[in-house]
Amino acid sequence: MAQKLVIIGAGMASGRLIEQLIDTDASAYDIILINAEPRGNYNRIMLSPVLSGDKTYKDIVTHSDEWYADNNITTYFGEAVTAVDRKNKTVSTASHKVAYDRLVIATGSAPIIIPVAGKELPGVMAYRDLDDVNSMLEACEKPAANAVVIGGGLLGLEAAAGLKQRGMEVTVLHIAPHLMERQLDPAAGHLLRKDLERRDINIHTEAYTKAILGNHKVDAVLLEDGTIYPADIVVMSVGIRPETRLATDMGLAVERGIVVDDNMRTSVDDIFAVGECIEHRDQLFGLVAPLYDQAKVLAKTLLGEEAVFSPVELSTKLKVTGCDLFSAGDFADADDREEIVFRDAVRGVYKRLILQNDVIIGAVMYGDTDDGGWFLQKIKSGEDISGIRDTLIFGPNFAGGAPVDPLAAVAALPLDAEICGCNGVSKGDILAAIEAGADGLDAVKAITKASTSCGTCAGLTAQVVQISLGDDFILPEAATLCKCTDYSHDDVRKLILSKGLKTIPQAMQDLQWKTSCGCITCRPALNYYMVCAWPGDYVDDGQSRYINERVHANIQKDGTYSVVPRMFGGITTPDELRAIADVADKFNVPTVKVTGGQRIDLLGIEKEDLPAIWYDLNAAGMMSGQAYAKGLRTVKTCVGSDHCRFGTQDSTGLGIKLEKSMWGAWSPHKFKLAVSGCPRNCAEATCKDLGIICVDSGYQVLVGGAAGMDLRETDLLAQVVTEDEAIELAEAFYQLYREGAQYLHRPYKWIAKVGLDWCKEQLVDDLENRAALSARFRHSQQFYQVDPWEQRASKGHEAYEYAPLADFTKEAAE
Amino acid sequence: MSDFIDIGAVDDIPIRAARIVKTNQGCIAVFRNAANKVFAIDDKCPHKGGPLSNGIQHGESITCPLHNWVFDLNSGQAQGVDEGRVKTYTTKIENGRIFMEKSALFVDVAAE
Repeated sequence: MAQKLVIIGAGMASGRLIEQLIDTDASAYDIILINAEPRGNYNRIMLSPVLSGDKTYKDIVTHSDEWYADNNITTYFGEAVTAVDRKNKTVSTASHKVAYDRLVIATGSAPIIIPVAGKELPGVMAYRDLDDVNSMLEACEKPAANAVVIGGGLLGLEAAAGLKQRGMEVTVLHIAPHLMERQLDPAAGHLLRKDLERRDINIHTEAYTKAILGNHKVDAVLLEDGTIYPADIVVMSVGIRPETRLATDMGLAVERGIVVDDNMRTSVDDIFAVGECIEHRDQLFGLVAPLYDQAKVLAKTLLGEEAVFSPVELSTKLKVTGCDLFSAGDFADADDREEIVFRDAVRGVYKRLILQNDVIIGAVMYGDTDDGGWFLQKIKSGEDISGIRDTLIFGPNFAGGAPVDPLAAVAALPLDAEICGCNGVSKGDILAAIEAGADGLDAVKAITKASTSCGTCAGLTAQVVQISLGDDFILPEAATLCKCTDYSHDDVRKLILSKGLKTIPQAMQDLQWKTSCGCITCRPALNYYMVCAWPGDYVDDGQSRYINERVHANIQKDGTYSVVPRMFGGITTPDELRAIADVADKFNVPTVKVTGGQRIDLLGIEKEDLPAIWYDLNAAGMMSGQAYAKGLRTVKTCVGSDHCRFGTQDSTGLGIKLEKSMWGAWSPHKFKLAVSGCPRNCAEATCKDLGIICVDSGYQVLVGGAAGMDLRETDLLAQVVTEDEAIELAEAFYQLYREGAQYLHRPYKWIAKVGLDWCKEQLVDDLENRAALSARFRHSQQFYQVDPWEQRASKGHEAYEYAPLADFTKEAAE
Repeated sequence: MSDFIDIGAVDDIPIRAARIVKTNQGCIAVFRNAANKVFAIDDKCPHKGGPLSNGIQHGESITCPLHNWVFDLNSGQAQGVDEGRVKTYTTKIENGRIFMEKSALFVDVAAE
């Protein structure tokens, strides 16, 4: 008969333990899982993305109620253990009493609450579980609320970034002189601080909290130096301590944590402990990788196999978008240590390696962390680096003069190289999974769990799979365009050019399309590829366009349309506004709205009325704003040096020039621009496909931003001196994207594929190429800068779209 | 011919385009596909009421412009995982003209 195994605590360590037990021998134990939190196991590492809104709770559940039921695990959730009777071997909660043969304690850790006055006020919270996140989200709903985060470590900063992203004013109080002092040295800490301050997070270092103020709820935080920060919530994130109260009550050996041996056994024979609550050889654990190792060891111990836990070197990454940092090993200064430092102040890159006797013992990187895994490997292996010391800091691509091929670096990794730190998956584990039959990335992820926790190693995992599967491996980007063809998007584009295919039917014929006239996926893509490849020659196929682009208005949920006239650079006139008002009156437009792109939207228009409305708008000098296009949308501007006391350049004028150059162009996806007159960035240029920020010395051209399903800040493409250069660079970038990106990929997705460095080579280093791209764009524009509204309102273009074939509503039946 | 009514010329609908016929019971979408076949179905997606005449045609199917449901133009049946059916109407073509069953246009008459 199966033995009874009672596990106290449903966290990431015990979750992994249960998986290991079931995978190895599901019949060995009847498992009873007790958890004080009223839910099962979820991925606590991902609480920060839930807080920032990038993920939902549902996304991070690792074990659902069904999973427990399917695996015959008895669960008591929302029940705290009140007593353990070691003599009779029973565990009691308020409402249950269960017997055990063997007991596992996985009570995790508790946040440290600093002992200051006011710490018990409502509004003071920790950042440990979903309930904390929910409390924070509730606080975010109040507009312009203030949050004070006490503790500038990993978790505190992730909380601060998440709260900021949710719209709160955030101040971080940190007791040490620089942020994340346990993982970063002062230089990297300084870069991190600058990055966070750039996003408007206020940082106060060497801050000693004196009291939390408030009557019935928290109002403010008072520091020893007299500073007062107003606060609607206070998040305490100063550290954790192992949750050992239960173990102490039971009389187990407890130091800082519950003491366990190499097999995860406590001081009592049939009681074990795992996770953040333990202490192993004087060491405590707070990161997930060693917890998973412990779970593996404990599972083997429970099943009577030999296994020994020995902690490995760990690295740290911060999950705050745009703050790229990496640290591993030991990096304190000492007499017998040397260091190699690389700095690039403009790019905000800092790398430091700490050497002792020709071996790397520590690494800190900020701004460019691509080589972190390679250095970590060198730290773990203790390899003598004297032979490659000259170029060591430049990473694997440079060391030994190897070609700059990302795959070559991955191919060179030894089998025990760690790919996924969270789940302890090595390159060898992935290769073994493939050997055993895993035939793709998804299968490898399912079997090894690589890249399924924090996800930062997703690219590396894919590369390892790619190397070992070779030609059999198809990266998702290289998938076929649709089920009608075996060619990928990239292949189709190349063949359209090389074979001179100038119509959709010709392309389908020559490229052996498997359907007679394509499908909803390939037809719009082909139509765009033709538009881009053959400006002036290609006859646009309206029937291969989505409805909005076919009828030049945006369809709404009830089948009516919305109409947005163009206003170059967001500048309008009283006459234009009067004309818009007249149209709204004349056609009973139910809703008139100002859009996010600084334009006016008339919503709720019947399709049949569109040409007449356009006629009136045309008469007032306005044309289509193409708010429906996979193409140039709007150029948002601030008032710049014309009116603003901070403006450095004529941002409005530049915006108008850009929009006059670019309107009418089609592209793989929509393309939005903004021009800000100074770094205060009132036009929000840093989340656009292309943004320009004017500075005293010229124009910063930024690319690859997004503010939709994904939120991304732009990267600097280049800074140029004159307005003409800025316009040429913008045109050239747009053309490079138009010619290269797969249909329906926004620029940021395309840049992720080709690399920002490659874009710079094409557009910044090679001025001849930049000029040629810009010239190709202008050539194409001759044919596409035609107002589609005028064609339809005055020239009868595609009139059939807007009129019924027949109308029997007024005829009487015979 | 009395059961059928002339609703327009085949050439009034460009290839792979659609037009609507208005009736007191709602709009009917009339499609002409690449093979010159004509189909008539209710211009209303059973999912959220999307005007199917505004979708993209491919083969003998139409994709709804609102949420990409796909319908077979012959049977009106939703394709793939979606479940639902849109009403179809009989048409015939004579001398380049499209005729539609009268009962589709005047439901009241059929009921009398």
